[in-house]
Amino acid sequence: MTEVNATFRGLRLACERGGRVVFARLDFALAAGEMLVLRGANGSGKSSLLRVMAGLTPLLTGDLRWGEDPIAGDRLAHHARCHYVGHQEALKPVLTVRENLQLWQRLRHGLATSADAAMEQLAIGHLADLPARLLSAGQRRRLALSRLAAISAPLWLLDEPATALDGDGAARLDSLLRNHLAGGGRAVLSSHGEVSGGGAVLNLGDFRPSARDLAA
Amino acid sequence: MKVFLEVIRRDLLLTLRQGSDAALILVFYLLCVLMFPFAVGPEPNTLARIGPGVLWVTALLATLLALDRLFAQDFEDGSLDQLALLPLPLPLLALSKVIANWLCTGLPLTLAAVPLAETLAMDRKAYGILIAALALGTPTLNLIGGLGAALILGARRSSGLLALLVMPLYIPILIFGVAAVDAAMLGQAALPYLAILGACLLAALALCPWGTAAALRQALA
Repeated sequence: MTEVNATFRGLRLACERGGRVVFARLDFALAAGEMLVLRGANGSGKSSLLRVMAGLTPLLTGDLRWGEDPIAGDRLAHHARCHYVGHQEALKPVLTVRENLQLWQRLRHGLATSADAAMEQLAIGHLADLPARLLSAGQRRRLALSRLAAISAPLWLLDEPATALDGDGAARLDSLLRNHLAGGGRAVLSSHGEVSGGGAVLNLGDFRPSARDLAA
Repeated sequence: MKVFLEVIRRDLLLTLRQGSDAALILVFYLLCVLMFPFAVGPEPNTLARIGPGVLWVTALLATLLALDRLFAQDFEDGSLDQLALLPLPLPLLALSKVIANWLCTGLPLTLAAVPLAETLAMDRKAYGILIAALALGTPTLNLIGGLGAALILGARRSSGLLALLVMPLYIPILIFGVAAVDAAMLGQAALPYLAILGACLLAALALCPWGTAAALRQALA
């Protein structure tokens, strides 16, 4: 039961990309039902932090914990908890919209709803049988986001999820997020725009490494 | 285990939809081999003598051609991030992609060797050994090549680099693969060579997925 209500936290995180420390001494805590909004200038490490949280990018120093369990101790369990939506939509142009979604439903645990119902939530149901190569940027983004609806996972890591979305798309993303949080989910998202529904704000600019961090 | 099989299924489905890619490899193999009778002349004894070497070297080049895109496509469109987040250890993910790749390319290459051996006037009694040697050798080529394909992710001029990286490692497979078929054609025991090919396969199976996983982790970081 600790698993469900566990707090996801990071302690004294530091991350290095290409020999440069992008942030240091970063702490965060995210309880069930909470959202964290990452802000900061370009290159301040928002995407890096999301990849660190997913366990894709290794930490320079620090500790990520789910409840009391260190993430590094059981990477597979943590991966199963994460939904990561990055800048790239991970779509296969030769498959149809429905097939793209079903592919990930078969690969991942935690089926939340049918592919058709998930596509309806993002209003791309009418595109179901179209090859993904014909989609516009906004439609591609909606398809990537429909994975969130189709597969359940307690932690959503979204890297500027509203990119290329129109007003209707952004509203649908908001309602997905609200449902997820109301159901005890956790979400971390990076954004330059307005994010409705509040959530704590983490400004990456506050964690720029000092000279002391760089020496260490 | 279910996820492991689903990844293989995914890759097979994608290859099927992009059918031209796999067909291209096979056609490349056929054309390359068919160049030799034109180049060295139609004299059966000469062709039969160089036949095993020709089949092996072209199979090796065709394998390289197929491996180039093994991880690159998934890396570029972000799918590799999602695959890495599956509840499947990274070495097994690498292994499943290599297996799918072998089923789409290595297996057809192995089977196509028989009609090609016919065009090279090779002795029919060596066909069994030829198939067995390729069936043991091409998976090893795929495993080693998979490691190379993971190492070159994100590099420019990746296809040339891949050849430089893995060709030297292919030499032992080439030597024992050709030796097995030569022995069969001369009526000698080919089994020792097949045993060595089998041993190479087992060693590659035990080592390559781990190295590939480490290289993938580096590429994703």
